[in-house]
Amino acid sequence: MPGTVQSIERAAAILRLLAGGSGHLALGDIARSLDLAKGTTHGILRTLQHVGFVEQDRVSGHYQLGPALPHLGSGYLDVNELRSRSINWADPLAARSGEAVRIGALRDGQALIVHHVFRPDDTFQTLDVGTMLPLHATAIGKVLLAYRAAGPEPAEELDRFTRRTIRTRRALAAELQHVRDNGWSLEAEEMTPGNASVAAPIRGYGGLVVGAIGINGLVERICDSHYRPHQHLVAYVRDAARAISRELGAARR
Amino acid sequence: MTERYVVAIDQGTTSTRCIVFDRRGRLVSLAQQEHKQYYPRPGWVEHDAAEIWRNVERLAPEALRNAGITEEQVAAVGIANQRETTLLWDRDTGAPIGHAIVWQDTRTDDLVELLKEADGAPEVEHDSALPMATYFSGPRMKWLLDNHPELRQRAERGEILFGTMETWLIWKLTGGLHVTDVTNASRTMLLDVHSLDWSPSALAFFGIPRAMLPEVRPSIGVFGTAVAAFPGVRIGAALGDQQAALFGQTCFFPGEAKCTYGTGSFLLLNTGDELVRSTHGLLSTVAYQIAGGPVAYALEGSIAITGSLVQWFRDQLELIATAPEIETLARTVADNGGCYIVPAFSGLYAPYWRSEARGVIVGLTSYITKGHLARAVLEATAWQTREVVDAMNADSGLDLTTLRVDGGMTADNLLMQFIADVLDVPVVRPLAAETVSLGAAYAAGLAVGYWPDLEGLRQNWHRAAQWLPTMDPEIRTAEYHNWRRAVERTFDWTRPS
Repeated sequence: MPGTVQSIERAAAILRLLAGGSGHLALGDIARSLDLAKGTTHGILRTLQHVGFVEQDRVSGHYQLGPALPHLGSGYLDVNELRSRSINWADPLAARSGEAVRIGALRDGQALIVHHVFRPDDTFQTLDVGTMLPLHATAIGKVLLAYRAAGPEPAEELDRFTRRTIRTRRALAAELQHVRDNGWSLEAEEMTPGNASVAAPIRGYGGLVVGAIGINGLVERICDSHYRPHQHLVAYVRDAARAISRELGAARR
Repeated sequence: MTERYVVAIDQGTTSTRCIVFDRRGRLVSLAQQEHKQYYPRPGWVEHDAAEIWRNVERLAPEALRNAGITEEQVAAVGIANQRETTLLWDRDTGAPIGHAIVWQDTRTDDLVELLKEADGAPEVEHDSALPMATYFSGPRMKWLLDNHPELRQRAERGEILFGTMETWLIWKLTGGLHVTDVTNASRTMLLDVHSLDWSPSALAFFGIPRAMLPEVRPSIGVFGTAVAAFPGVRIGAALGDQQAALFGQTCFFPGEAKCTYGTGSFLLLNTGDELVRSTHGLLSTVAYQIAGGPVAYALEGSIAITGSLVQWFRDQLELIATAPEIETLARTVADNGGCYIVPAFSGLYAPYWRSEARGVIVGLTSYITKGHLARAVLEATAWQTREVVDAMNADSGLDLTTLRVDGGMTADNLLMQFIADVLDVPVVRPLAAETVSLGAAYAAGLAVGYWPDLEGLRQNWHRAAQWLPTMDPEIRTAEYHNWRRAVERTFDWTRPS
């Protein structure tokens, strides 16, 4: 059996302590109760605060359970917060790639579009924010699916949009493994004939995937004649995804 | 050939930024440093100009290093700055005299009340096209000289110099050039907005010695060559920050307008070479002037409380944890439920200018949830925009056809859609979020021929998002009527003591 991680045990003890009793405790009380050094206790509290499990009262400085704890099941990052934190990186991605940019988050088994930057050619385009996209037939969806820990399995027969849409669970599983191996996803004429998209994961603390950012456009601009995406476009997408992840507090990787 | 770039110095209220742009107006690198805010007494706000200059000296090489370029690759540097902030310094030592008095500072409240009644006030207001208010630099200069009599004689001998932040930065960058640009000068109350030079009657009215004032230059044109921070680089432009945003949004033609949504919001409408005097509570201001060309004027509508209402909702009511969550909360309901919030926290700005007004929440019933309040918070920003746009349309005779927006609140889709709905015009967000810095860069690049003409700059402007009006006109009319009734309920709340 692998050894246990002491700091996680201590963190769990702190959470139990805060969940019981008066509901809010001073740093000294917590350290005393667990017989830990104040510095150690403070470090753990700061980390728990960073992930939203603990909050500190602004006036008294006391600690209490954070607002994120009762909602552990429902994605930790508000989608409007995700847009707000991504906007300064999505714009340059559109400028560099010359393509439309979209950011999606997992919602009810589909990809909810939470941000959309127009393709910078000043043609008439309409905002896709609020649209739901199928997971297996879009680059953003594939990323969300690939890094999803659990959830209902996709249906045996997947909805077919074009003759290139992935149709079986088996083929999808292979594709998702490919996405995890590469760290990015491609969709070429699998949703709409003539269109393609590339996406990469946006990660929060601890590497948690909270969304995906991608570009989409005409297949001949995104891919070569063998449906392989242009590598500079893949690099732009991954750069933007990494920049947003850093903004959200993910460790550099 | 080595690629060349343009650098913007954005000297703002809370921080200073150096940003490198390429030929297509794309942000290449950014370096930023906050500076300390001093609040020595209630209502007083000050900055240390020496600290700000040190920040510029440090940020300049950092921005170039981040971009991987050298000074030789910088075609020009442009400055955009917080407006109306007032500074005095010693001509010989170059040392600031005390702290700069920031535009938010209200120490001149009582002085301005006296000045309003003084002989000659209407003429000063006419020549400067500004109402007598604490907002502007002129009253601050008078306050400084009145409260430090030892300075007045030295000022008359030209030993003490006045400047707003761009003047200070150009002085430091060039090693002693004492100049300002027309947009910043137009916010002092000392500039004659037609002759574009200091008004002798305004100087007499405020008791300001001519010798302490900088020379007024066009906003766009080479001011000089830097010897510090960016040695060898030409300074191509200087503009007030809101004017820079108007330029960055490429609003070059009469009738084009932008609104920057931040803590407060600033809507500027280009009125071309005609100075429009507002009869609806707007400010007339200089938009920009290209050297050798005519001056372009603008109408400006300032809204005191927009983003700060969301901050209040977050920090004081604690109904949300982060500002963007206001949209999530507002979307839990379909409408405002009959509830309106008018954030007259310190009176109302344009178009009312009622300092005695205070905020209200009206239409409360047991039906109202925090979702309705969140909607009312967002709607307040949209209705305040509508009031300023109505005033602009009435003053200028130009009907706004599109509103270009920038600033942090443009990330809120519900708000942007609601603004399009209540204005009944498309609301458009450009691809470049940093419109203030971009405007300074555009202006500087234009001055040195890096960009050939205004048309070339417009080609860099791209639409990143657009919201089209969808609101039923009857609902729009009814809701606007309700908003105005809510505003009336804020009037006359505080009583003179």
